[in-house]
Amino acid sequence: MLSPMYLAATSNKPLSDSSHQPASHQESASHQASVQSQNQPPIRVVLAKLGLDGHDRGLKVVARMLRDASMEVIYLGLRQTTESVIAAVEQEDADVIGLSMHNAGHLALAPRILQALRDAGLDVPVVIGGIVPESDIATLTEMGISAVLHPGSSAVEVAEAVRGSLGEQPVGK
Amino acid sequence: MNQLEGRSSTADLLEQAINGKRRAQGQLLTLIERGGFAADEVTELLHHYTQSRAHNSTLAGARCHAAVVGFTGAPGCGKSTLVGCLVAKITQEAGVGRSPAVLAVDPSSPLTGGAILGDRIRMEENVPAARSDGTDRTANAAVGGGAFIRSMATRGHAGGLALAVPAALRLFEACGYGPLIVETAGVGQVEVDVTRTADTTVVIVAPGMGDAVQANKSGLLEVADVLVVNKSDRPGAEDARRDLEHMLDLGHMTGLTGQWRPKVIMTTATEGTGADQVINAVQAHREHLEHAGQLEARREARIHQEVRDRVSQCLETAAEYHLGTKPDPLAAALKERITPAAAAAAISQHLLASDMPA
Ligand SMILES: Nc1nc2c(ncn2[C@@H]2O[C@H](COP(=O)(O)OP(=O)(O)O)[C@@H](O)[C@H]2O)c(=O)[nH]1
Ligand SMILES: [Mg+2]
Repeated sequence: MLSPMYLAATSNKPLSDSSHQPASHQESASHQASVQSQNQPPIRVVLAKLGLDGHDRGLKVVARMLRDASMEVIYLGLRQTTESVIAAVEQEDADVIGLSMHNAGHLALAPRILQALRDAGLDVPVVIGGIVPESDIATLTEMGISAVLHPGSSAVEVAEAVRGSLGEQPVGK
Repeated sequence: MNQLEGRSSTADLLEQAINGKRRAQGQLLTLIERGGFAADEVTELLHHYTQSRAHNSTLAGARCHAAVVGFTGAPGCGKSTLVGCLVAKITQEAGVGRSPAVLAVDPSSPLTGGAILGDRIRMEENVPAARSDGTDRTANAAVGGGAFIRSMATRGHAGGLALAVPAALRLFEACGYGPLIVETAGVGQVEVDVTRTADTTVVIVAPGMGDAVQANKSGLLEVADVLVVNKSDRPGAEDARRDLEHMLDLGHMTGLTGQWRPKVIMTTATEGTGADQVINAVQAHREHLEHAGQLEARREARIHQEVRDRVSQCLETAAEYHLGTKPDPLAAALKERITPAAAAAAISQHLLASDMPA
């Protein structure tokens, strides 16, 4: 009882070795996870607005929605560049990028950020929020944007777009 | 490069990280933050790497440790803004080529476990542009230069933070960063502990709100090596400074070193005023530690604390697990046949007598 637990808490064995551990070890490891009630680390989202314009009211609302959906939001705010977003994604090891663009620059800015991600070797999904004409949505998703959210999107829609960009099912399904 | 033998993807990541790949550095920090096996693997590999590097070094034995500076104080007092100024100054220092790394800790929401991590934006705000090649204010040193900023949420699990911070600092050091800066809100005990074990701890207060008195009550002043009154553009800044000096006179602050009296520095972080004095005071404190032979004591205090945290965590996990098996003394206590204290004594005795690996 104590020994396997003790090992579980202190072992320095590489992860790949865990498949060779005795069954009791596996059990205690999963028990440990439930003790820590941390089955799944939170999704980390870098949230930014590209371009020089605007206010950040909408972006702040989205930040709160994602926090309330148990995610960690690295809030970059206004006037970000593709470089500053990429730097943050690398250092913060973000799972998803949330970008707001309000001055109809999405068709120019989206390919730029996608190219910058490819150049940096980053495979991180991008969700866009803003006023995007219906006709542009297909163009954006074809170029590799994971989802496009309208300003009126609900908290559930926002959270599900982020989870969906990671290939996760909606909560409770 | 046999220090990285027995390769796993973690070893590959570590090699990339040490070669300066920020993506890999960020990914390793994620493993460290998650704790458990993967985190322990990172620390173990790091240890082997630093050991063999020290061994191969021509200056064997003279291993240099990066300075660890902690910044703490009530939420909103301006820690991140001030750290942003300092990072910009350090990065811009001509010809020195130092790359600071920052670990910025913010609380997770106790309700959802989510968090809005807003330190990064503050650090990148109000920083004078490092280069003149762009009008965009984010083209500053903290982003474009050599600095590395990582935001960390407390994840409602104080023990995890206590283990993750020292491991992250060791990774930063191995990757060549220095100085290493840790920002924590001076609220929880663990957060205070985290900063206490820095080489130099900077405690920040803002005028009004009784910050100075509050900092004293919460034990923050006891761990201060440098005191900062930020927002000195606000009314009441001079009062706050006087309050702090009074408390110093009354000897409310003892610190690890005894003979060190913290300087009180006035800053306006939003304008960068006083940032140089803060850097000088941190430097002066470090020199004091060196002369007093205390640098080593601080390093040992840090390791001591980490070992203690890990022992506590092991014992706690073992206790949780054992209690989950509903041992007899617990059952007896539940039926009120013995006292909870007697049950705890029996269970502890049993746990400690078990064949723990030495
Ligand atoms: N007036 C004034 N405001 C400041 C100063 N330093 C920071 N602030 C503001 O105080 C708020 C909180 O700052 P922040 O650095 O995030 O504080 P932290 O929570 O301690 O990290 C922000 O709105 C800053 O712009 C200062 O020296 N003077
Ligand atoms: Mg802060």
